[in-house]
Amino acid sequence: MNFDLTDEQQMLADTTRDMLARSYDTESRNKAVDSELGWSREVWQQLAEIGILGLGFEPDESGPIEVMVVMTEIGRRLAPEPVAAAALIPGAVIAAHGSDEQRVLLDDVASGERLLAFAHTEHGRRGSTELATCATQQGDSWTLTGRKNPVLAGDCADILVVTAALPGGGSGLFLVDSSAVTKHPFRTFDGNRGADIEFAGAAAQPLGKGGDATAHIDAAVIRFQSALCAEAVGAMEESLRLTTDYLKARKQFGVPLKTFQTLTQRAADMYVSLELAISMNYYVAMCVADGRFDPMVASRSKLQIGRSGRHIAQEAIQLHGGIGVTAEYPIAHYAARLTAIEQTFGSSTDQLRYLSSQVGTYGVAVL
Amino acid sequence: MRLALSEADTAFRDELREFFTTQIPVEIRERARAGGPEFREDLVTTQRILNKAGLAVPNWPVEWGGKDWTPLQRQIWDDEMQLAGVPQPLTFNTGMVGPVIAEFGSQEVKERFLPATANLDIWWCQGFSEPEAGSDLASLRTTAVRDGDHYVINGQKTWTTLGQFADWIFLLVRTDPNAPKKQAGISFILVEMNTPGITLRPIKLIDGSYEVNEVFFEDVRVPANQLVGEENAGWSYAKFLLSNERTGIARIGTTKVWLAEVKELAAKTPVGNASLLDDPLFASRVAEVEGEVLALELTQMRVSGDEADGKPNPASSILKLRGTQLQQAVTELLVEVAGPDVLAVNADEHNAAAKYLNFRKTSIYGGSNEVQRSIISATILGL
Repeated sequence: MNFDLTDEQQMLADTTRDMLARSYDTESRNKAVDSELGWSREVWQQLAEIGILGLGFEPDESGPIEVMVVMTEIGRRLAPEPVAAAALIPGAVIAAHGSDEQRVLLDDVASGERLLAFAHTEHGRRGSTELATCATQQGDSWTLTGRKNPVLAGDCADILVVTAALPGGGSGLFLVDSSAVTKHPFRTFDGNRGADIEFAGAAAQPLGKGGDATAHIDAAVIRFQSALCAEAVGAMEESLRLTTDYLKARKQFGVPLKTFQTLTQRAADMYVSLELAISMNYYVAMCVADGRFDPMVASRSKLQIGRSGRHIAQEAIQLHGGIGVTAEYPIAHYAARLTAIEQTFGSSTDQLRYLSSQVGTYGVAVL
Repeated sequence: MRLALSEADTAFRDELREFFTTQIPVEIRERARAGGPEFREDLVTTQRILNKAGLAVPNWPVEWGGKDWTPLQRQIWDDEMQLAGVPQPLTFNTGMVGPVIAEFGSQEVKERFLPATANLDIWWCQGFSEPEAGSDLASLRTTAVRDGDHYVINGQKTWTTLGQFADWIFLLVRTDPNAPKKQAGISFILVEMNTPGITLRPIKLIDGSYEVNEVFFEDVRVPANQLVGEENAGWSYAKFLLSNERTGIARIGTTKVWLAEVKELAAKTPVGNASLLDDPLFASRVAEVEGEVLALELTQMRVSGDEADGKPNPASSILKLRGTQLQQAVTELLVEVAGPDVLAVNADEHNAAAKYLNFRKTSIYGGSNEVQRSIISATILGL
């Protein structure tokens, strides 16, 4: 057991952090978010050049720990580029289960020329594993009918990795060209982008050999949850850093805010929340790296990240005071992102519902 | 980054698990698991078995019976003991005064006290807090005045846990009332409890138990060779001791065992047509605490692997703060499982109300949780 990054992983973290720090400050980030695309093609190309957009596609070269490291830096800088949603997560699904021909697509993803999206979540089917979107087979060809929402990065994706109910039962994974669907793009409240996507008999290609892919879909969701946990940790670390800096710099009653114990005690609690979140983030990433796609692990991690993220976001704003709710100052943007992450791929309540249903099935809880 | 234990550590864990579950009598472990009052004889018996096997004081220097274990191995030792319900070695001996003597004591003091301390031939108690010196420990007033080859001690200590069983007490005393800083005039001295002039007054706690005492010192003459280390350097020894104390206080293994008991009891408790454990409202509270305990367990692994030069990381404050919050959360659940049966004294299996009330102490002792937050905000956050 160890919790250390390798030298290469540490270098990847440093490189990503430096690159994003050069790319974005609050003002330029807000500008990118307000652009038509919502993020920067230029930054995307830079991410491709340093090899980030293909992380995990060749499991011998990199894997879930590298994804975790990069997502933490994305969260720290609040970069709007959909690294997980448009590249790493759907890419990992194709890498793991796609045919050789389908895997060729990943070269274009890694080079930044093609964007993906994972179209799984459906409106009104919370907590259910059954899908309303269904796949129909005619001869050798397949079509999909249904609706996916929200699809993160669905607005800009070229190829969609879609989940759908199979005619004979179970759920399958399909690739769909985005030109075959109707997209209703939207902005998310934290400045990201997504789409509500309609499939009306859209031509689809089964991923790999096709057939029931329920376990693969569950694994894909866990990968996504792990990436979100990592991103949230970066956002929490930066939120706490900004808050402690503010407590040192800001003066009221002629003294720095850090003079007031009522504030510093709360900052200490934020630190505790952060450390617990870091631990659970490592936990889920290490399990995924071991090929252990365990929903208990993912739920416990996502729940802790949700709880910590909410606590840190709320306290960060409160300890900043009025400046904390402005768009000009970074802290509110971190709070927005943390809030969105809590609601993405299973809210804290959803996680707790699942965990509660399991408590009677074992005695002492073990890692 | 890797979650699984190495083969060597797995073998190490299995060996300890085997030892704890076969060599420590099951009656002792059952009594300890129930978590009732401390059974003096059980503690003594257990610690002597452990000491004979070289497992009582792994955190001490090797020459005094310690083990050259990694922090992870030490953690495994601690966890496995708790999971097996083994009463842990008396912390006043093995976690507090022993390491201080081993680190700062003279060769003579080490030889005189360490073997007997490891074997629980001496039962130690702690004389730190005073009525006017709680969190502000450095303002303590008990004095020790040098008189020939003795010190004469006058004053009062309080919250002395299990002092009624103790043979010896380790004390912080003021030896230089004129020191420029109050921390600078403090010494660390060892005193036999049957020395003339010492009286003990029990303090009854809210749960009816008798754990802590006031200890009064009236012209108590103590041989000067019982001073540990340098005169007036006691504050740094105390800080060393307190940071060791913080890491031992989380007791995550015990919390996990108690949580499993909460579930076992809840499964046997009918609510309507189902059990309390089937009640989503109750189950969600259990699930939440379980997740929090695992998060702390992982944090403990991260933090304990991070100790530089054997000195506890300031992040160990998290363990104390969060560990005690979770212990308290489990005692709340025990009360709720008992339901109306909790009202009559000793009616429920776990004496849950007494435990719940008693455990309010955990966020106060060992440096109150507010003190831990101050350590975090000052040392880690730089506030």
